[in-house]
Amino acid sequence: MMDYALAIITAVLLLAGAFFALVAAIGIVRLPDLYTRMHAASKAGTVGSGLLLLAAGLYSGELAVLARALAGFLFFILTAPVSAHLLARASHISGHFPADISVRDDMRMR
Amino acid sequence: MITPAAIVSTAAFAALGILCVALFITVWRVIAGPSLPDRILALDMLTGIAIGFIAVVAVRTGFSLYIDIAIALGLVGFLATVAFARFVLSRGNAGPETRKRSE
Repeated sequence: MMDYALAIITAVLLLAGAFFALVAAIGIVRLPDLYTRMHAASKAGTVGSGLLLLAAGLYSGELAVLARALAGFLFFILTAPVSAHLLARASHISGHFPADISVRDDMRMR
Repeated sequence: MITPAAIVSTAAFAALGILCVALFITVWRVIAGPSLPDRILALDMLTGIAIGFIAVVAVRTGFSLYIDIAIALGLVGFLATVAFARFVLSRGNAGPETRKRSE
């Protein structure tokens, strides 16, 4: 019975992670400019790869592997906002402005 | 009766298919992206999808060392994105067509 519970949890985590990765990829293609694409890539993308790592850690059945998978997930959660913020700031400073349908751009009003 | 291994194997196969679609969509953005930061963002996303692939392969093969490889790939991807952002900051000025489209 435990085997079935573990297998079903792993299967759900695998499908959810792949689905989040697909949503992030669709967002990267469909959204109008860099700053909105960044929402899709750095939130849904991080959750997608993190859930897949969590599935791999759970299915291994060892505590050491699960701890490493959790550490990897935590590392992605910590680094994704840093890299997204650096890239958005560098891109805005070097002259790539938001799309025309954007309502407000606080960094340009100064 | 379906065995637990069959459930996980089917889910892993489906996840590989979905990740393949996501990978090709993101590659299209790397090729078509109008500006350099778009391509850098799509490259960062490609790293995330590759980490997902490695995790699914770890589930399929039962070889837990793959998780360490995934963590190392995440570190490399983060450092690459930071380095590319510094590059954009120093010399990635927007070209005339990008500037005209956004103003």
